[in-house]
Amino acid sequence: MSAPAVVATDVTKVYRRFVHKNQWKTLKSALLKGSLLSDLRPDETFTALDSVSFEVPQGCTFAVIGENGSGKSTLLKLTAGITRPTRGTLDVHGRISALIELGAGFHPEISGRENVMINGIMLGLTREEITRRFDEIVDFAEMSAFIDAPVKTYSSGMYMRLGFAVAIHVDPDVLLVDEVLAVGDESFTRKCLDKIGEFRRRGRTIVLVTHSLGLAEKMCDEIAWLRKGKLMQKGDAKRVVDAYLTYVAGGEEALLAHEHGAPAALESGATAPEAAPGESGPGSSGYHEGRWGSRDVEIVEVSLRDARGQSRHVYAHGEALHVVLKVRAAAPVSDFVFGIGLFTADGVSVYGTNTHVEDHVCQSFAGDGEVRFEIDALDLVEGTYLVDVASHRRDGTPYDYHRGLYSFRVKSRTKDVGVWRPRHAWRFTGVDITPPQPRPELDLGDEGDA
Amino acid sequence: MLSTLVRQVATLVRYRALIQSLVSRELKARYRGSLLGFVWSFVNPLLLLATYGLVFTYMLPVRRSPQTDPYFVFLFCGILPWTWFSSSLLEASGVLISSGNLIKKVLFPAEVLPVVTVLANLAHFGFGLPILLVVLLWSGHLSPTALLMVAPLLVQLLLTLGLALFISALTVHFRDIGNILGHVLHLWFFSTPVLYAYDDVPALQPLLRLNPMTHVMIGYQEALFFGHFVHWRGLLAAFLVALFAFAAGAWLFERLRDTLAEEV
Repeated sequence: MSAPAVVATDVTKVYRRFVHKNQWKTLKSALLKGSLLSDLRPDETFTALDSVSFEVPQGCTFAVIGENGSGKSTLLKLTAGITRPTRGTLDVHGRISALIELGAGFHPEISGRENVMINGIMLGLTREEITRRFDEIVDFAEMSAFIDAPVKTYSSGMYMRLGFAVAIHVDPDVLLVDEVLAVGDESFTRKCLDKIGEFRRRGRTIVLVTHSLGLAEKMCDEIAWLRKGKLMQKGDAKRVVDAYLTYVAGGEEALLAHEHGAPAALESGATAPEAAPGESGPGSSGYHEGRWGSRDVEIVEVSLRDARGQSRHVYAHGEALHVVLKVRAAAPVSDFVFGIGLFTADGVSVYGTNTHVEDHVCQSFAGDGEVRFEIDALDLVEGTYLVDVASHRRDGTPYDYHRGLYSFRVKSRTKDVGVWRPRHAWRFTGVDITPPQPRPELDLGDEGDA
Repeated sequence: MLSTLVRQVATLVRYRALIQSLVSRELKARYRGSLLGFVWSFVNPLLLLATYGLVFTYMLPVRRSPQTDPYFVFLFCGILPWTWFSSSLLEASGVLISSGNLIKKVLFPAEVLPVVTVLANLAHFGFGLPILLVVLLWSGHLSPTALLMVAPLLVQLLLTLGLALFISALTVHFRDIGNILGHVLHLWFFSTPVLYAYDDVPALQPLLRLNPMTHVMIGYQEALFFGHFVHWRGLLAAFLVALFAFAAGAWLFERLRDTLAEEV
């Protein structure tokens, strides 16, 4: 791993509360010392961030979670360089683009076209770069029909879409995202997430502030949890989210118990730590990512591969996908089932099966083994899919359940909808209709996982 | 202070593409939706000229020597640059607050904003110039010295930039400035030889000399109206003041920069 993209060292941000009678004093101290704090008593200030230190490695997708007012947005603004830390340093390497407020700086009176140019320049592009990316930006925003109308005539969704499109096409090394994924309708949100996912695969660094724990855990390599300006935990996405949820559910004591009970559960994934066998799965409501089980039969490694055995993340529709599990049993077991589940990004089950329902009879397993689940053709429409893998007893008691921890994308040129694309053909009699021209192979580029 | 000055200039040079596009946006957006559109750039100074011309010729005739005849032409030479000066400062006082979104939400070099207001108003000044030149030509005042108006123009630019930086940053902390500034500029207007010639008010001269805009104005009037340009020394003094104003503005802006995102 190369040098970190973001390095925060002891970052403290103190806001002064707005006290009118101190106006002169603060101005004076700002002028004399370049600092706003020295003359103020502590009760007039508000510490938004308190000695926060962390590093975001290059290529890492990093989420910041926490309650409202925990300092998340302040941290993002500091990272973006919009404000400066009161103490400590925050260094960012590479070009930043911040999706903090979309379309900030759009001028209502002039056309979308001109605003795209100016917004792009504001975000650090040159005129030539914008001209080159202009069509792409407009296409992405789905705005080609309105691009020459003044921005004041846009709907708020159009406004946001255009703002997002410009910001994302700045092609930054470090992308900062602040809860702006709720732009426009479902399909556009998906498009935004896909674009962010593409960034990820291209090895760019993303820092994301979000309240959506599911999103954070799914997309991010690491998560930092802030509470009242202090960094509570940082590290593996799953672990931090678990700790956060435990805290939210039961407060501090539960957190401590959790910490002692399950030390660094997933830190490496190579060892099988003790996890309470009674630890149950996620609640029946909704789809929550996670991992649980006794680990008597541990799934040590999961990889998604194409027909040639290449580990990949993006597949063309109709390609083969092999799910390869490396499994290990510390002690011999005779009651075991391996299962696979496929879900859409919204958590809708696409398909689920296991060795038991397909009448495989387990005999014995000890030591290391490999389980392959081979799908000959992904007859799915374009989208992101999540994979569950599991080992458990025949009665369902989990050994090792990985819920939604793996994902792949299916790309397709056809804009069909739904989940499943059955193998099909159109036949016409007495209808004059031209069949589609043959299209070039879908180029998956360098998006395959290394 | 010198280093902040250099840094500020470097920043502005670095963001010239941004400044350029913001200025052109400003010009495009200003009269969007109005009937006369761009014509307002010409009509505005003409109307101002007409107002002051009527008032000070017929209602309250100023004491003046025949050297300022024709008075309308003389007045035009001063009104045009003064409009640039005062609108720049008035707009600069509110520009950071009205663009608060940019400063708070985007990594944006805030100093660009007051600079853009000054340059956009300079452009309006530029649009008015052809009319002024036509008027000068018509009244027979146009001489080669008109080219020398570049000198007072540059001094005024530097002075206005400095004051705009200063005022824009300070207004964020003291919104009161926005209210008082209009009156200050009014007083300043009358303390600058725009409506009258410097030579016609000997009693006021010691006071007027302290005003850098006096020298700038004399510079314009000499170059454009009188057709002889001798006020070099005064203009040089004004240049030094302008340089100081720019440095002070840049310094204050730099000092307050961190507070801007929090206060606007």
